[in-house]
Amino acid sequence: MLPSRGSSSMKYLPKMHELAVCQALLGEVVSLAAARNAVIVTDIHVGIGPLSGVEADLLQDAFPIAAAGTYASAAVLHLRKTKIRVRCVECGAETKAKANRLICGKCANWRTTLIGGDELILERVEMETRSENQSMGEAANV
Amino acid sequence: MCDTCGCNVTHGNEHLVTKGGKHEHTASGTESVEVLKNLLHANDHEAAHNREHFNRHGVLAVNLMSSPGAGKTLLLEKTIELLDGDLNIAVIEGDLETENDAERIRKKGVPAVQISTGTACHLDAHMVHKALHELDLEGLDVIFIENVGNLVCPASFDLGQHLNVTLLSSPEGDDKPAKYPVMFRAADLMLVSKSDLLEVLGDFDPANAERHLRQLANAAPVIPLSARSGDGIQTWIDWLIDARLTVSGRVAAGDLVRPAVQPEGALLHTTSPPDR
Repeated sequence: MLPSRGSSSMKYLPKMHELAVCQALLGEVVSLAAARNAVIVTDIHVGIGPLSGVEADLLQDAFPIAAAGTYASAAVLHLRKTKIRVRCVECGAETKAKANRLICGKCANWRTTLIGGDELILERVEMETRSENQSMGEAANV
Repeated sequence: MCDTCGCNVTHGNEHLVTKGGKHEHTASGTESVEVLKNLLHANDHEAAHNREHFNRHGVLAVNLMSSPGAGKTLLLEKTIELLDGDLNIAVIEGDLETENDAERIRKKGVPAVQISTGTACHLDAHMVHKALHELDLEGLDVIFIENVGNLVCPASFDLGQHLNVTLLSSPEGDDKPAKYPVMFRAADLMLVSKSDLLEVLGDFDPANAERHLRQLANAAPVIPLSARSGDGIQTWIDWLIDARLTVSGRVAAGDLVRPAVQPEGALLHTTSPPDR
């Protein structure tokens, strides 16, 4: 059985840094949910770029482990993979690029500025709030 | 973002919270909240705190990153020897286990704090903050943070350093920047270490390594060096002395000074899961 919380139990869990990222994500989500009297969090939307240093698949795998025992234990994590875009310092063109080839797609100059693709952003959280759940609970108790 | 008093409601987002907006508390009891918050937030906050601490004491903080065994600790030993007290140095050592590296540094007469990360693959701002409690920064000129040997995870966590120095040792191959773009994109200086082996290896071309680095839109200087033979070490020492002057000048002018590239990445220590 996988323990769901507590630092002493963490040694049983995967130690990839995606788990640390997931716990950060859950920290945000849980405080948001608590502030809004949520009963459960249903959907979490995250934007993730190839240069964020975080692997989308690993993040997805780590999520249920980090989410266990929180408001978001049954939530679906939606990852929106963003694309890398660079702006050329010389010609000003904005073009797409590969993670290990951040050169201008127009003039091939390597002096570019990254304008997208390194993000790791919590975009949106969907939750069910107290009012609905309470009424559901009351209905069940009748 | 403030979730309690409503001060985050502006002209720009008011439409989201009013009737029909995405923040509206709907009759069905479900709520959709637009957040747009960087997941780095908590780590970044702590890192900024560390950076202010360094700046207040006029200390240059350098984050030293590489694969395991690329020669970070040996480079520090040689650097301490060569500076011979010209700059006052302290070192924070990050490893999964053992106090070995900190002991090597202490033998050179320099204060060192060992962070044992257990199984964690990187240092984060919280760990560095804790280590700083054991270090007196007064009178220091440079603090090196020797990160856990790893070309992947350390690149994602801001520690509060001013500059990132990344070592690429010649036996690793000259295409490492292409294989680990997140790490090498963040380098303010790339050191090609173990340059004394270049001749023996024959298949590592420093010019190739530099070309791969440029492909990441990174203009960082590249210095081949060998801590063992001494080749290139003086160029590195000169860079360090120059970097300290440049950074302290910028700090004095009110600039916080962060590494050239701040990779968005990750947050937080792995030991505090969120409370329900």
